Amino acid sequence: MAVEVTMPQMGADMTEGTVVRWVKQVGDLVNRGEIIAEIETDKATVELEAFESGIMRKQIVGEGETVPVGEVIAVLGADGEEMPEQVPAPRKQAAETPARRSVEPQAESPQPAAAGVTGDVAQDSAAKAPPPAVEEEAEHEELTPPAAGEKEPAGTGGKASAAAPAAPAAEGGARTRISPVARRIASDAGIEIERLQGSGPDGRILRRDVEAALASHRQEATGAPTPPAPVPARPAPQEAIPSRAVAQRPVVAGQQTLSRMRQAIARRMTQSKQTQPHYYLTLDIDMTDAMAFRKQINGSASEEQRVSVNDLIVKACALALERHPKFNAEFHENGLVYHDAINIDIGIALEEGLIAPAILHCGGKTLGQIARESKELVERAKSGHLHAEEYSAGTFTITNLGAYGVEALIGIINPPQAAILGVGTVMPQAVVRDGEVVAREMMKIALSADHRVSDGAEGARFIKEIQGFLENPVSLAL
Amino acid sequence: MAEMRMRDALHDALREEMLRDERVFLMGEDIGGYGGSYAVTRGLQTEFGPERVRDTPIAESGILGAGIGAALGGLRPMVEIMTINFSFVGIDQIINNASKFSYMSGGQFNVPIVIRMASGGGSQLGATHSHSLEGMYAHFPGLKVVCPSNAADAKGLLKRAFRDENPVIFIEHAALYGTKGEVPDDPDFLIEFGKASVLQEGTDVTVIGYSGSVHQAIRAAKLLEEQEELSAEVIDLRTLRPLDIETVVQSVKKTNRAVIVEDDWRFGGFGAELSAQIMERAFDWLDAPVARVSGKDVPMPYNRNLEFAALPSEEDVVEAVLAML
Repeated sequence: MAVEVTMPQMGADMTEGTVVRWVKQVGDLVNRGEIIAEIETDKATVELEAFESGIMRKQIVGEGETVPVGEVIAVLGADGEEMPEQVPAPRKQAAETPARRSVEPQAESPQPAAAGVTGDVAQDSAAKAPPPAVEEEAEHEELTPPAAGEKEPAGTGGKASAAAPAAPAAEGGARTRISPVARRIASDAGIEIERLQGSGPDGRILRRDVEAALASHRQEATGAPTPPAPVPARPAPQEAIPSRAVAQRPVVAGQQTLSRMRQAIARRMTQSKQTQPHYYLTLDIDMTDAMAFRKQINGSASEEQRVSVNDLIVKACALALERHPKFNAEFHENGLVYHDAINIDIGIALEEGLIAPAILHCGGKTLGQIARESKELVERAKSGHLHAEEYSAGTFTITNLGAYGVEALIGIINPPQAAILGVGTVMPQAVVRDGEVVAREMMKIALSADHRVSDGAEGARFIKEIQGFLENPVSLAL
Repeated sequence: MAEMRMRDALHDALREEMLRDERVFLMGEDIGGYGGSYAVTRGLQTEFGPERVRDTPIAESGILGAGIGAALGGLRPMVEIMTINFSFVGIDQIINNASKFSYMSGGQFNVPIVIRMASGGGSQLGATHSHSLEGMYAHFPGLKVVCPSNAADAKGLLKRAFRDENPVIFIEHAALYGTKGEVPDDPDFLIEFGKASVLQEGTDVTVIGYSGSVHQAIRAAKLLEEQEELSAEVIDLRTLRPLDIETVVQSVKKTNRAVIVEDDWRFGGFGAELSAQIMERAFDWLDAPVARVSGKDVPMPYNRNLEFAALPSEEDVVEAVLAML
């Protein structure tokens, strides 16, 4: 049986993903667990593993295309199986109208029969599509509604660009958004809807887009002076009063479109501040012994084994979280969800933004393991090669700007987690010990916690615990 | 033609029908000596006497039952239910008796009763006194549901209601009683049921309303024209049963877009029925999903600002139109 590969949900807030690269090509044998594609989400590029074995029969989504979670992106066939005449189309296409079929012949064209036959199916069938012929001219005339009073020269403004032969909007047959009336007019006129660009909500192809294309076809066919265009639903954007109807605003000087990472950060941080009531506790930690301990360990360690200050903090937090599970929980209306695993996200600054992947299962890991894994994690985060679990399974976050000399950092909780620890730099300070002013290596930490989950006194006990581990670093070695 | 308020147009319709047909009589709470809660029957008891303009106890089920009995017996009763909210108390008579006698008797009996009710919110009367139930009554086969939006239609449709052989639910939006319009003097001025009126022609979108919501539709059309250079066609359904779907479909075929405006709740409301019919009859002409601008899905709040927020506004209509472009 053919198996549909769908866009996976990697992370709770992922709604769509982009196929960056197909690792397996049509005809390739795919073993369960093998990487078949690289998927880009808001946050990272992750590798998509096959859940079933089979032969890659069809890539429904092309490289660079973005589709919603759950949409079919490829079809695998069983090993040795003859491909059926019709590959199951994406579920959304099941209710196609006849009109759609007539302009989208690939839905009915035979697929390559044997394994190993490669070739772009969509291209193959596109060649069989009836080209818009000149004899349809008369029909175009009929379709043009009387343009009383609202004439507009064709070939001006957005309409011209809509008519230009653009790259196929939906290579390989992803559902094209088109209104029923636009579909009917396009079908009657023999216009391929894949070649149209929609100007409506969510890029929907509207009547005006089809009519603009029709006008342009006619112009090409006759070479005659520009005839009056069909009545547009509304005037071309630049002639109209600026309104919300303009599908995509051009970016003006001084503005920058948001990257997907920027959008994700904006969305999540806003969600956090709007839904999670934060409380904040700060504390000074005497890191003198911890720094000495680290120096001792690193003295004999190889480069990979070297322990950073942050690794010490991760280990201290892991130990403290075991004793204070409320800070490793998340809030739901019907109760708190406590996580078994302690997965500590570490904030990593990237050129385009910020990402917080998790060191998984910190609870059972030694300081040495944590040190090795965090180094590797940072490298993979910077090259965009994280595993899905690493950036979706975090249960607590540490954000550390100590390396920049920042004294104190108060973080915003990374939803749906219950707390975040902000860490400042370690620096020598004059402090009083036994009535004497002495120089000690001090570090400020700040806990931001969700007040729906825990209260201040609980938070205080939690950071006191962290402090205790860091001030008695031998406990971190266990 | 004379300019008059909707309440006076309704008054004139009742008076003319009483003069025309002696079988016509009126029943209701406070309609006689007091002249009606909305002053529609003012002066009629003096003119026609307490036999033909009868004050009743506060007992909607009883008034409606008596009216239905009188209709079965050959009279032409008009029962006024003070507001549509109180019709809940008498609804068994309307649904189980008035709407069904003709069917259940195989056409041997019919119930030519006119039931008038004031409807709608917007006057801070709270959750239990602000219903818009036009759609609910339109749900039942056997009832005609009439809901005028202006004085002339109110008169022509009410006069027409008295000539119907079957029960007519005649719904008057309380906020419209004082609105003025030109009304024909002709005592035979009738408006057929099932004929929507196109109040304004347009090319870009069809905005459909009934009763009070027609006015939001008209104001929205004006805003669309002034602010967005869009041309809206405005349709007043006038009667929900029978429904003039043909006029709506013809308009949608021209504009390719439809927005339905209703005071009623959205979920399972009349707009849902109309939207489905447009989709069934004009799918291949639609350039966008049919939009509904409805009352918010909550019992009507008492607070003035919240009540405004709960009712559809012309800005909501404009927003719905812009979202389809």
